[in-house]
Amino acid sequence: MLTIQEIQAQIIEDFSFLPEWDERYAYLIELGQKSPPMAEENRTEDNLVRGCQSLVWLARECHQGVVYLQADSDSLIVKGLAALLLQVFSGQPAEEVSQADLHFFETIGLNQHLSSQRTNGLLAMVNEIRSFAVQCVGEGS
Amino acid sequence: MTLDVQKIRADFPILHTRVYGKPLVYLDNAATTQKPQAVIDAIVDYYTRYNSNIHRAAHHLSNLATEAHEAARRTVQRHINAEHEYEIIFTRGTTEAINLVAYSFGEVFINPGDEVIFTMMDHHSNFVPWQMLCERRGANYHVVPFDENGDLRLDIYQNLLNSKTRLVAFNHVSNSLGTVNPAQEIIRMAHDAGAVVLVDAAQAVQHVDHDVRALDADFYAFSGHKIYGPTGIGVLYGKEKWLDAMPPYQGGGEMIERVTVEKTTYNKLPFKFEAGTPNIVGPIGMAAALDYLNALDFTEVRAHEDAVLAYARKKLLEIDGLKIYGNGKLHTSIVPFNIEGVHHYDLGTLLDTRGVAVRTGHHCTEPIMAALGVEGTVRASLALYNNFEDIDVLVESIHQALKILRR
Repeated sequence: MLTIQEIQAQIIEDFSFLPEWDERYAYLIELGQKSPPMAEENRTEDNLVRGCQSLVWLARECHQGVVYLQADSDSLIVKGLAALLLQVFSGQPAEEVSQADLHFFETIGLNQHLSSQRTNGLLAMVNEIRSFAVQCVGEGS
Repeated sequence: MTLDVQKIRADFPILHTRVYGKPLVYLDNAATTQKPQAVIDAIVDYYTRYNSNIHRAAHHLSNLATEAHEAARRTVQRHINAEHEYEIIFTRGTTEAINLVAYSFGEVFINPGDEVIFTMMDHHSNFVPWQMLCERRGANYHVVPFDENGDLRLDIYQNLLNSKTRLVAFNHVSNSLGTVNPAQEIIRMAHDAGAVVLVDAAQAVQHVDHDVRALDADFYAFSGHKIYGPTGIGVLYGKEKWLDAMPPYQGGGEMIERVTVEKTTYNKLPFKFEAGTPNIVGPIGMAAALDYLNALDFTEVRAHEDAVLAYARKKLLEIDGLKIYGNGKLHTSIVPFNIEGVHHYDLGTLLDTRGVAVRTGHHCTEPIMAALGVEGTVRASLALYNNFEDIDVLVESIHQALKILRR
């Protein structure tokens, strides 16, 4: 299994073949559409991460110190961004998730989506994942 | 005569910048407007030549700064046709102006059981302060709904008015719908019921009539940055009789007459409401913006904005599945819309990559979004420098974005 750093490097490489914004967003949307659909029972009020712009559902599970995630959004772009986050974090050791340096959004030019908590819930989602990972570390030990 | 838009565009340096390598098409003017060179120059000139604290020092620079600051007050007074210059209170913006009234007017005139009326199409800044006031003073509030076109239900408003109504607050122009509310009628109805009226003119003062005495507004609030001036400065106009009867909003320097251990007496208007060193340069920049605007023919400005608005609505409605919210009897400068099956954030993001700046989301009017049954909208909003080409780029960019979002 690839590490968080290796997965980020792969995402950066994939996007490097897409110099145009239209191509990047088309690819991002495709990623979101191809990601496994979220189980209906996970679309709960508890799992709702509310941004000012879009709704994000984030289901979290912790098994033996490993973080498992599912996500969905009413926005295609946010769903794609969430799919990238899941590629990086889901199935990784909680300790790694809680400490990881998340840099790929900036490198592929999509950092604006993380720039403010008020915009789309993505930053709120990252924060949720990290604090969940911290709890999960505790449960795994 | 028609407005020379090319000449006006040349006065706004930011309109010539590029974003993501594309020429900027700025259609987020209801959020904030861009600034003409004259405003930028006035701010630079202040800091370059005569930056100084005002109203108290005996030196030359302070005299220059005080004179410019107070001249700005007179410019605002003339612009909205207030009777006295001391009826112009400088605030941080519309929000602070409304909060000032909610606090200081409420402290004296709103008592348990009294009623306040505002509307479902008000911005949070003209909604939440009244909820807070009513909670603090044990008063009640009513919210006037709007109909499916985005017009206020004046029949319901009429029924809500009664002898307990102390204050009515409404926006002259809705920032989310673009509706121009019948301000004179709303104010007259309130006055007939014995209520005092606050007009939120944040989206109105730059686009429609703004004569406070013709409106007979008791309070009138707007922001500098939405009328081509700087951020951090706004105006509260209040009739002298109300301002005189209201206690200060904040204590500190500037707002006092005498301070002793036993008792403090307050300064006269407008300084009673301007505690502390004010935003000195803000009014100077705002006055430069008003001077810029007043050098143009406002009838021509309105005719131009209305023509571009009509063109935008026509071209947008030709897009398959596009719905415009806000089809009130009178509307101005703001086009809120959604496209079937398309999330507003996705469309806004893709427009951005083409240099087109619009606003997406709930526009700080969650009750409106709830009433419309949507999570948010895309909002294109115009200013005097927008032209027909801007609309063509917007529409073409939407078509390009839909190719990505609908495949």
